Amino acid sequence: MQVLETDAQLVARCRAGDDDAWRELVERFSRYVYAIAVQAFGLSQADAEDVFQEVFARAYENLPKLRDDSAIRPWLAQLTRRLCLDTLRAGARVQVGDLPEPSGVDETISSLDEALALHEALAGLPENCREILDRFFARDESYRRIAEALDIPAGTIASRISRCLVKLRSELEGRNTPLAESGG
Amino acid sequence: MNEYNEETLANLLRTLPAPPEAWVKAAQEIPLARRGLDDIVERARADQAFREALIADLEQALEGAGFESDPALADAVRERLSL
Repeated sequence: MQVLETDAQLVARCRAGDDDAWRELVERFSRYVYAIAVQAFGLSQADAEDVFQEVFARAYENLPKLRDDSAIRPWLAQLTRRLCLDTLRAGARVQVGDLPEPSGVDETISSLDEALALHEALAGLPENCREILDRFFARDESYRRIAEALDIPAGTIASRISRCLVKLRSELEGRNTPLAESGG
Repeated sequence: MNEYNEETLANLLRTLPAPPEAWVKAAQEIPLARRGLDDIVERARADQAFREALIADLEQALEGAGFESDPALADAVRERLSL
């Protein structure tokens, strides 16, 4: 099991010029930024890639200006929203300000916040559980592919997933913090 | 915490698919890019003599080209150019 560094600790290390910390920060928030672009704003993969790279480029540049290191997640969410909206407006060839955000963006991001907190809770699980849950649910891999990758019998995958979900639930119960409020 | 039954957890896990690995790697290399990684790679592809100097002694070639000694940058150059 690993103890997850807080967002504030991670940002502080990034600010100090630690390349490993930056890699970890990108890893931690890459799914979140990607999901906002694709799920909340419905961007194409090409547009999502542009937004994704621009978000992290701007984040890198402006990290020293972040007033509250623990606010990195909402800061990245806001930056991603703004760039997604710029992309939609550019595609629609309308003047900035004329195109509203797609409906349901707030609700989708709220759900993504919850999912990100859950993803962070995965860090409290054994490596084999993190791997199997991520491969099955987030990477949409088949039982067969997971079995080959992890060198375990395909027939045991379903029961392993079930057991790991139980462990994840226990991990969450141990935190005593609603998902939407955790993180940072 | 009873609201988080297995189905809810499964749905939340599905909500965050991984972006393509190349995107993540490119974003992770931003600090290196700012320190000249892209310029070095581009020059090595265009300038055979510079490429050969990198192959012969990467660190010395980088310093000779005006880059400060930086193990992370050197490793990234090796990886990008398959040296």
